[in-house]
Amino acid sequence: MIIRVIVGILLLVSTLYTLFSCTNEMSVETKQYATIGQKLYDSHCQNCHGNNGEGLGSLYPPLRDSVFLNQNRSLLACIIKNGMNGPIQVAGVAYNQQMPAFPQLSSLDIAYLLTYVTTYFGNSKTHFKQAEVEEFLKNCRS
Amino acid sequence: MLLTGFFANLSCSSNTNKLPIYGERSTQEKEVDGKTIIDTVYHTIPDFSFINQDSAVLTQKFFEGKIYVANFFFTHCPSICPTMQRNLLKAYEKYKGNNQIAFLSHSIDFKYDQPHVLKDYATKLGVDNDQWQFVTGSKADIYGITKDYLVLASEDENAPGGYDHQSYLVIIDPEKRIRGAYDGTNEQQVEKLLTDLDVILKEYQK
Repeated sequence: MIIRVIVGILLLVSTLYTLFSCTNEMSVETKQYATIGQKLYDSHCQNCHGNNGEGLGSLYPPLRDSVFLNQNRSLLACIIKNGMNGPIQVAGVAYNQQMPAFPQLSSLDIAYLLTYVTTYFGNSKTHFKQAEVEEFLKNCRS
Repeated sequence: MLLTGFFANLSCSSNTNKLPIYGERSTQEKEVDGKTIIDTVYHTIPDFSFINQDSAVLTQKFFEGKIYVANFFFTHCPSICPTMQRNLLKAYEKYKGNNQIAFLSHSIDFKYDQPHVLKDYATKLGVDNDQWQFVTGSKADIYGITKDYLVLASEDENAPGGYDHQSYLVIIDPEKRIRGAYDGTNEQQVEKLLTDLDVILKEYQK
C-alpha cells in the first residue's frame, strides 16, 4: 500500500515536472510572438518552405538548420525584407533560387515571424524584439 | 435477413465504384452488328505536341495506355505552385516505377521556362526519371489546352509572378477522359487524389 502511494506520488511529480519544464522554458511574450508569427508564416512563407519548415528538394532551403539560424541571426530580417539572390549553403546542400522580397512587412511583423521560425523550427527560446529587428535592418547589405 | 444481404451487396458495389467521367458529353448513333445503338461520346483531351525538359517533342504517344495527372504551373511562381508541386511530388514518389502512371506539368510561362529551366527545376524538385514530364509550348497551345483540362489560366500582371491560374491536379484515363480534379494546395484533396489513383488503377489493371 505504502509503496503504491510512493510510486503514485513519484509519477505525479515527474509528470508535473516535465509538463512545467517544457512550458516554462519560453516566456509568455515569446509564445505570443510565435503565435502571431505562425499566421504570418502561413501566408508568406509556407508555400515554398513548407508547413514544418522542411523546404522543397534543392529548390527551397529548409528553415530547420539551427546552426544557420543562429549564425545568421542578424541577417534573417534583411533576407525577409529584401529577398535573396545567389547561391547559399544550408545544412550541407547548395541552393540557388531567387527569394522574393517582402517590403510590406513591418519590423514588428518580422520580429513575430522570426520568433516563430527560430523557436519552432530552430532551438531558440527567446523572441526577436522590434528594436533589435530595426537595428538589423539598418545594417542590411544591399 | 435477405434484405440485409441485399443492402450489404449494394454497399459493397458502391465501394468498388469507378471514378466519374467529367466534361460535356453528347450522344451518337452507331451501328453495331446491324443494329443501331446510341453511344455516349465523352469529352477527351485533344492531341497535343509540346517540348519537354529534355528538349524533346512530347505528344500523347508517351501517355498511351497510361493514367496521368496533369497540372499547370511555372518555375518561379511565388504563390500556389510550390505547395501544389510539393503535393504532386507525393504522388510521384508513391507511384515511382509504376509504368501505368505518369505526370505532366505544363508551364504557363512560355517566355522564361525554356527546357533547360524546366530540367533544372525538375532535378531540384527531386524528379530523376521521365515518369514526370515538364513541358513548354507556344502561348496559344498551352493556354488553349488549359480549357480542355477544365483549368483556368491567364497572363495577369496583377497576379503574383505575372500569371494567374488554378491549382487543380487532373486525372486523365487511358481513353483521354477526365476522371478527377483535386485542389493541389489542399491536403485532404491530395489524399483523395492518392486513393482515387488506386481506384482507377484497378479499373485499368492489365
